[in-house]
Amino acid sequence: MKFVWFNLQPWPYLPDDFREKHRSVWVDIPNTLFDPEKGHHVYNTYLDQLEFAESVGFDGIGCNEHHQNAYGLMPSPNIIAAGLARRTSDAAICVIGNSIALYNPPLRVAEEFAMLDCISGGRLVAGFPVGTAMDTNFTYGQIPALTRDKYAEAHDMIMQAWTRDEVFAFDGKYNQLRYVNLWPKPIQKPHPPIYIPGGGSIETWDFCLDHDYNYSYLSFNGYKGGKALLDGFWERRAERGDRDESPFRTSFAQIVCVADTDEEAEKLYAEHVLYFFNRCLHVYPGFSDPAGYRTVDTIKAGKLNQLRKEAMELFTKLTWKDLVDGGFVIAGSPDTVAEQMEYLAKSLRVGTVFCLMHMGDMPDWKTRYSTQLFAEKVMPRLRNVWPEWDAEQWWCKPMADRRRQEGDALDVARRYPDMPEEVL
Amino acid sequence: MSEVRTVTTRRGIDAKVRVRGERGNPALVYLHGAGGLFPTEPMLDALAERFEVFAPEWPGFGEEPTEGHLEDMLDFSLHGWDLIDALGLDRPHLAGHSMGGMIAAEMAALNPSGLAGLALVAAAGLWLDAHPVPDIFAMVPFELAEVLFVDPAAGEKVLTAGLDFADDDALKLFLVGNARKLGTAGKILFPIPNRRLSKRLYRVTTPTVLVWGRQDKLFPLVYAERYQELLGATQARLEVVDEAAHMLPYEQPAAAAAAIAGLLG
Repeated sequence: MKFVWFNLQPWPYLPDDFREKHRSVWVDIPNTLFDPEKGHHVYNTYLDQLEFAESVGFDGIGCNEHHQNAYGLMPSPNIIAAGLARRTSDAAICVIGNSIALYNPPLRVAEEFAMLDCISGGRLVAGFPVGTAMDTNFTYGQIPALTRDKYAEAHDMIMQAWTRDEVFAFDGKYNQLRYVNLWPKPIQKPHPPIYIPGGGSIETWDFCLDHDYNYSYLSFNGYKGGKALLDGFWERRAERGDRDESPFRTSFAQIVCVADTDEEAEKLYAEHVLYFFNRCLHVYPGFSDPAGYRTVDTIKAGKLNQLRKEAMELFTKLTWKDLVDGGFVIAGSPDTVAEQMEYLAKSLRVGTVFCLMHMGDMPDWKTRYSTQLFAEKVMPRLRNVWPEWDAEQWWCKPMADRRRQEGDALDVARRYPDMPEEVL
Repeated sequence: MSEVRTVTTRRGIDAKVRVRGERGNPALVYLHGAGGLFPTEPMLDALAERFEVFAPEWPGFGEEPTEGHLEDMLDFSLHGWDLIDALGLDRPHLAGHSMGGMIAAEMAALNPSGLAGLALVAAAGLWLDAHPVPDIFAMVPFELAEVLFVDPAAGEKVLTAGLDFADDDALKLFLVGNARKLGTAGKILFPIPNRRLSKRLYRVTTPTVLVWGRQDKLFPLVYAERYQELLGATQARLEVVDEAAHMLPYEQPAAAAAAIAGLLG
């Protein structure tokens, strides 16, 4: 299995009465709740944690894109990834991803991802989300019914830019460029591995299957709630006569908290995970699904509960016990966590797990403690869950002679010039 | 007389058109709002006493998924003219409610002499920074009636046409319909219902009446006044209807119809 350390980068200072006083953590949350000087420490702590995750042996470190969202402080994930590319050497840099319909022109994504791939030495895993309605429609003003069409066009432009060697014209509906001629190009050929974060729309399953991209189910529902959607993906694959059952075609996000014992896990982590569910997931339902955002087919196939009055407050009433019993959170001793993670992998048929190890307002030391226990006592037990499958096709392929950024790398970067003798 | 006629436009879109009123009466084309045509349309019944009324169903608002043909404001406006051509009408009166009013105003700006009269009923299409329009796209179904009607309880019955939202199948049906209707409407109304109509309204020379509910909370009266200002050349009359909000065709159908009939002089 592959393990990606992932942090949503939430704002950890939402007030206790946030839910009562404000209707949404996203889109129209008062921006006076953000304090930029505290933000300095928050960002740097989160970046430190991502670097720490590499040092203890995670295969990847990840970031994603959200806008006007107090639980995701990364409107530009590429800035985070750029910092990580310079300070790490081995871990995959998983940018899951850039909402490609929002970049004008989307060539920007082809360029920035190519830069990241070059700087990191071919360690980029590139995500292309359609984007949530909160980000895409309500914050960035894209027309809901045209978002998927614009996304498809953006994808087409990026893939052509990455893979074609000649200058070409792109005559799209939303983007017209007379000269597409990508500088720089990515190291990985034909392009970095593509991950498509999806929430369960049929169109996204088909898109992944059409292009053989990784289907990444990134939610906070956990492995029990997520099963139906992963089953949906695998069934769709079978329906289409696609025989490749590699578990590395899918990835899954799971909140994970490790401690010495199950009791210690509750004592250490419950309040921070509840901060996340109770405050950070307080999203005004009107922002989640504007007409036209989901297709008619997806609505017909889907669940309705999120639109009901009583369901709006569901997340906010969950207790630690509910979260653990419901599989939203895998928490406990290394034994407990390893056992449930193995069940997760096998029941969902998942090769790559995005481990959400920092949640809500979890302090740095607890995050590192949980991360280290996971790396040392859980990961080794799960490495061989899928012995007959190879992740290579869906993972990055770093160049062999890339620069190492460890030890005295910073000293080297700051050294005085070695002048050639003839100059002296 | 009352019938549903199907016409095919030159672009190839099939449209169902509700036709009512005496043949030989002055023709009036009516463009519905973002909620579509409701099972009963009392204002159209009232208008049918003076006009031969043609009320086409807009792409995306019927049973066939035809909305993909229209993408932007120009597509919408041209579809309006395509419908008039397909119906074989010569210089009809044109009325539109809300989104339909926005389309009607754009159509008039494109071809002002092609219309005998123009009625804009609580029309969308303008934006005033000082009076931001409530965001109907960010409302869950049970919040809409509050914004659209003077009497939200009565309004909810109109909007749901008797559907029970506690019933999953009914809710799903509503959501599918809503996704296609408001999804289509979003192409010209999202995220701000302004496609720069204001810079084209100077072209309208058609005799025009503005019909507005006094308690309209979506596009409050100040929007009617702004239309009046931008339509300066037409000396558009403003008819304000009491005890009515944005959905005045359903709240005060007789008064709204009488105001539109003012076009006949």
